[in-house]
Amino acid sequence: MTVPGAWYLGLAALLFTIGAVGFLVRRNVLVMFMCVELMLNAVNLTFITFARVLNDIGGQTSVFFVLVVAAAEVVVGLGIIVAIFRRRTGATADDLHILKG
Amino acid sequence: MNAAYVLLAMPLAGFLVLLWLGRRLGEPGAGWLATLAAAGSFVAAVVMWLSLLSKPASSRLVIKQIFTWVPVAGLHVNFALQIDPLSVTMALFVTGVGSLIHLYSIGYMHGDERFPRFFVLLNLFLFSMLCLVMADNFLFSFLGWEGVGFCSYQLVSFWFERDRPPAAGKKAFVTSRVGDFGFLIGMFLIFAHFGSLNYTNVFSGLSAGHPGALAEVTATGIALMLFLGAVGKSAQLPLFLWLPDAMEGPTPVSALIHAATMVTAGVYLMSRISPILHYAPDAQTTIAVVGAVTALFAATIACAQDDIKKVLAYSTISQLGYMFLGIGSGGYVAGLFHMITHAFFKALLFLCAGSVIHGMHDEQNMKRMGGLRRWMPVTFVTFLIGWLTISGIPPLSGFWSKDDVLLAAWHKSHALWAVGFLTAGLTAYYMTRQVALVWFGQARWEESAGQAAAEEAAHTTRGRPHESPWIMTLPLIVLGFLSVVGGVINLPYGKWDFLSRWLAPVLPPDPHVDTSVKITLAVVTVALALVAIALAWVPWTRRAEHPDLEPAVLQHGWYYDDAVSAFVAGPGTDLFNFDAYAVDAGVIDGAVNGVARLTRSGGSLVRRLQTGYVRNYALGVAAGAAVLLLYVAVRGGQ
Amino acid sequence: MLLAATHYPDWIVFFVGGVAILTGAIGVVLSSNPVHSALMLVLTLFGVAVEFVNQQADFLAAVQVIVYAGAIVILFLFVIMLIGVDRKENIAREPLKGQRPIAIALGVVVLVELVVIARFQQWATGAHSTAGSLSVAGENVALLGQSVFTRFLFAFEITSVLLVIAVIGAVILARRPQQVAGELTREEQEAKGT
Repeated sequence: MTVPGAWYLGLAALLFTIGAVGFLVRRNVLVMFMCVELMLNAVNLTFITFARVLNDIGGQTSVFFVLVVAAAEVVVGLGIIVAIFRRRTGATADDLHILKG
Repeated sequence: MNAAYVLLAMPLAGFLVLLWLGRRLGEPGAGWLATLAAAGSFVAAVVMWLSLLSKPASSRLVIKQIFTWVPVAGLHVNFALQIDPLSVTMALFVTGVGSLIHLYSIGYMHGDERFPRFFVLLNLFLFSMLCLVMADNFLFSFLGWEGVGFCSYQLVSFWFERDRPPAAGKKAFVTSRVGDFGFLIGMFLIFAHFGSLNYTNVFSGLSAGHPGALAEVTATGIALMLFLGAVGKSAQLPLFLWLPDAMEGPTPVSALIHAATMVTAGVYLMSRISPILHYAPDAQTTIAVVGAVTALFAATIACAQDDIKKVLAYSTISQLGYMFLGIGSGGYVAGLFHMITHAFFKALLFLCAGSVIHGMHDEQNMKRMGGLRRWMPVTFVTFLIGWLTISGIPPLSGFWSKDDVLLAAWHKSHALWAVGFLTAGLTAYYMTRQVALVWFGQARWEESAGQAAAEEAAHTTRGRPHESPWIMTLPLIVLGFLSVVGGVINLPYGKWDFLSRWLAPVLPPDPHVDTSVKITLAVVTVALALVAIALAWVPWTRRAEHPDLEPAVLQHGWYYDDAVSAFVAGPGTDLFNFDAYAVDAGVIDGAVNGVARLTRSGGSLVRRLQTGYVRNYALGVAAGAAVLLLYVAVRGGQ
Repeated sequence: MLLAATHYPDWIVFFVGGVAILTGAIGVVLSSNPVHSALMLVLTLFGVAVEFVNQQADFLAAVQVIVYAGAIVILFLFVIMLIGVDRKENIAREPLKGQRPIAIALGVVVLVELVVIARFQQWATGAHSTAGSLSVAGENVALLGQSVFTRFLFAFEITSVLLVIAVIGAVILARRPQQVAGELTREEQEAKGT
């Protein structure tokens, strides 16, 4: 007997929530980035679940593309982080508040 | 019918040419140009009148459009002229008397350093007055109304280097403004009810044959508001204060604006709205009562004035009261008839007064005149004609018109007739007093001149009064002639009531009174006038000082002016300050500025959202996502 | 009980994977050392790969491990070492006011909403897709390949362009400022005495 889709969706929801809260709470830039990856993984899990439930390969194709884009995003994001934080070691996300209104 | 365009174009062209070239033309060229423009306007008026006569009586209404002025949806107002018997009548005597006064002014203003400016303003005035009477809608008429008010202000304060003329000019303008407020409200009411400001559109459904076409409340409201405008412009109670002060202006101005034309604008307006007045009997009564009371009030004050022009000013107020009495009693033709004859004899009287002032080297106090009939014969004779006309002595024109008004008043209410009757007596009294003081009796100017004048007389002819040049006496003669024969236009015998029949398409006929009553009343009025003349003649030709006949309360105009000044200076100023600072600056400006302040404080509140911290922004994103998910959770599956 | 459990292999795999995922996730969020967070992330990714396999997404499970765990996490660790942000962060204090409580509240709200949506709502409308069945093992790659290279070909090409752009962008972003050809470097300027 297979696990019903709802369980997977619940798991994915939990993973997503943990990732979201982590992003909002942590100050270290790289840990924040990792939380983003958690959220993306939750989404991927959801897609795969629906691909199985609805018997549609399109879900898996979406995951394929999400994976590729996440990779590209990590590359560029880390490049930016390197560019900003190269000179100031030990800086956190809170130190970048020059655009205060 | 293109004469109508010429009618307006000539004074406008005169104004524009003199505006640019007046200084260059100088004296007397500017004056002659202006007079020619006015005379051309008069010729155009005559042509207009003749072409209207050539049409049958029922189709005497031509609308000539100049251009579209306000093409807003729902409110369509044009610069257009309405050529009908009423407007042509007004145009005729306005341009006629106006041309004569233009001619007179060339002589009167001789030597004044701002000679061209005077004629610029006179031409502009003529143009505005013609706009007022020839307009085919209320708004265009109001434009002319304001224009004549402006010219009046400019002309009264013509000698602005002195103290009193500018103050008088301002007083005239501001008092008139109070009336204009009423005119505006009246216009708003008309537009709200009829959806148009055009005379034809507004009056088309209203006539004696349609009893329910206009609710009495609406008609009364409109009529009273417009009457408020007339009260301001035509110097009735309680807004007549400005007219005696306006005598600070040059005498031709007093003659043209404050006797013959501008002050009659109110009478014209009331005649124009006669279809509306038909539905508002209470308003008619109010008009008649205000007119009658003003007439009596002003006449009493005139009995105790020393200045030759002030007597005539109060006399004008009184005679205007007569016109409103006539209109309010339903005698529209009577009111207009009196307006025309009044234009003749009051302009005549003012111009004569100007001639006297000119001849007496700017002396205006009657107590220092006397016995002038030897020195200024032409002016003397014409003044006598004016005096007899205004006193209502037959067969001069004043008798016929005043009698028509009194007959209408008798028909309306015997009490009103009594007031008018009494006023007629007072009119005869104070005019006789004036004649006696100026032309008869002792030559008091010789005494007051005294030593200094005797020495001066050795060098020049100064100190001795002299007759005015032909350029000033010719208009006097013409006006005198018109005052004598003017009654012919509306004699109450059979076919001789030309004016009544001419105005029939526009104005209802005067109320009918039995012939026997007519004759009785006429005889009684003339008798009273003769008694009053006799009563005034005896004391005033003998001596110039009669303190018991000139009580202080009358000399100061029942202290009305003083009361108003005290109010304006005292509680009035407080009210104005409150209005200016608390209401205007505080409430209105506060509201407008308050909107800006609110926006700014709202902005600075919202600004706090932008902390600069990425994590806070992420919180916002998460909150938004939560809201969206809520929506999906609630509405999903439907 | 354990014997009965062997009749439900799917459930066992599900739970194991789930535990791994959640442990790793909580570890990522709560670790004060970023290197520890990265390693916890690897645990999560493995758990997700297990769940993929459980749902007959074999190819993607493999790709997940290779790309995510094998490349992306390595990248993370490189940058952590390079930048030196491996110091311990004091997660006890929170300088921004109200951030933590609101974050947790929002988290709970979002979770509840998602669960509600997942459990109680029906979303699929329209005709069933004919894109394919997953029941035949070994066919998964073929099916996926068919889908990517026919139906989603355009998206595929665009993502390849995206990857090229990302590479170029990364190179430019991480570069140190260069000297313009012809200008002397600072040392050379000092040597010349200007």
